[in-house]
Amino acid sequence: MSDRVKFSNVKKRAAKDKIVFGLVCLFSFLSMIPLFLIIWEVVSKGYKNFNWRLFTQVAPSSMDALIAKMSGEPIPGGILNGITGTILIVGMAVLFTIPLGLFVGIYLSEHPENKFARTVSYLTDLLQGMPSIVIGIIAYIWVVKPLRSYSALAGSVALTIMMLPMVVRSTEETLKMLPRTLKESGLALGASYTSVIFRVILPSGFGGIFTGILLAVSRVMGETAPLMLTALGATVVNWNILKPTSAIPLLIWDFYNDPNLVDIIWSASLLLLIVIFLLNWIAKIVARRWKI
Amino acid sequence: MENITENKLNNQNENSTNEPILQLRNVSVSYAPGKKAVNNVSADIYPNTITAIMGPSGCGKSTLLRAINRMHDLYPKIETTGDIYLKGQNIMEMNPMEVRRLAGMVFQTPNPFPTMSIYDNVLAGYRLNCIKLTREEKDEIVQRSLMAVALWDEVKDVMNRRGSFLSGGQQQRLCIARTLALKPEVLLMDEPTSALDPVSTNKIEELLLDLKKNFTILIVTHNMSQAARISDNSMFMYLGDLVEYAPTRQMFTKPQHKKTEEYLTGIFG
Repeated sequence: MSDRVKFSNVKKRAAKDKIVFGLVCLFSFLSMIPLFLIIWEVVSKGYKNFNWRLFTQVAPSSMDALIAKMSGEPIPGGILNGITGTILIVGMAVLFTIPLGLFVGIYLSEHPENKFARTVSYLTDLLQGMPSIVIGIIAYIWVVKPLRSYSALAGSVALTIMMLPMVVRSTEETLKMLPRTLKESGLALGASYTSVIFRVILPSGFGGIFTGILLAVSRVMGETAPLMLTALGATVVNWNILKPTSAIPLLIWDFYNDPNLVDIIWSASLLLLIVIFLLNWIAKIVARRWKI
Repeated sequence: MENITENKLNNQNENSTNEPILQLRNVSVSYAPGKKAVNNVSADIYPNTITAIMGPSGCGKSTLLRAINRMHDLYPKIETTGDIYLKGQNIMEMNPMEVRRLAGMVFQTPNPFPTMSIYDNVLAGYRLNCIKLTREEKDEIVQRSLMAVALWDEVKDVMNRRGSFLSGGQQQRLCIARTLALKPEVLLMDEPTSALDPVSTNKIEELLLDLKKNFTILIVTHNMSQAARISDNSMFMYLGDLVEYAPTRQMFTKPQHKKTEEYLTGIFG
């Protein structure tokens, strides 16, 4: 045995490194190709009908679209009913999700050892993996059947169930990252548990919690399956939470099924893409701005 | 501890009262059944003194300190037994929230509330307890508390900045100010300078000597020279037992117990 450790095959190993690094780059590049193709498809086909009408008029009937098409004019109408519907359904879902998600998240971060908390945590993971159509059916049974009508409310319930695990997880992870002494020093001032949670812990974790909510919103905004069985869709702008309501992804599905309306699919998709991009962008800014 | 009676403890208030402000009676704390982290500790703490609690890591010094403001109540598995009297009142029978207001605690790492301004941090005790104050009262408390920790001149122009804007030493003084604002009876300090640089440490030590005039201070420290510099009385703990409790000068010159001597001379630690 000599004293020094000898590295053998230095050249061969360097070559191997290069190959592995090359593969890493190649596959990263490959995975980006479909993403770029999708964005290109949506933008190039969607910008034609992406105009003011899209935001101010409801979806056209199949007949109107056919007539316009025959005479070579652009398709009349927009997706106003879908936009308002999405705002209504997703907005209500956010209102339902925030208190539920925050409290469950607080509970899980406060009592990680507790048996009940571990069960809740496990079920939350399970819920996250539930197929969205199943959640749609559940919301149908829970809300549509008793109320005897498809409604925006039923849609919000379905989306709430989808958002809940995401908000719970992000709240839990954010609060777990806060130093434990933060809570203790609040309590050491004689403050009550409630006061420390609402005035110290939640404000300190605001960035992470808010980011989690935004990402959950952007995730469910494009959900179609759970809404088909709950909100159903509508041809007019509807603000009544107990009546059938349209949503952007529902309109996209409708347009797909109607050969005369196919052209607006891409404009509606482009809008959805832009909104989701913006939400993600805001989430990044908030996360950076409120970092502790 | 039999030698408490033998060695008369330093008592700054000798002419006024000889009453201890804090009395520990057979205090034991266990993290798991049968495993005691603090074992049957009894001691009297006199007003307007600094008492240092020393000992090697894991000897139970922080655990003992945290028993005094009922911090262990937060963790259901931790069991505290015995009695602790604060100004004659048994804190084990009081509401923990009330106890914590009377026994303020300063932690090892400076931890101002990150979402609050410097001004609001000083008032945090009032905010969190929903105590309504007028603008004048608030200004008065903030100024008095920050002056008490010699931070007023450094921060009076940046009151609206976040607490985390300050340096580590300033943050720790802000945390002390936050505790003083509630006018506690005793100040419990859990290694308050171990995360600080020597200059900041020195400032805090000077501050403690100054605060002694109005408060009673218990300080956990792993720094023997710090204990020697600032404390009137010292406790030496080992494996959960209070081995020796005596005036600091005496403990450092003529320790009564072999373990204390070994620790102070660096044979173990």
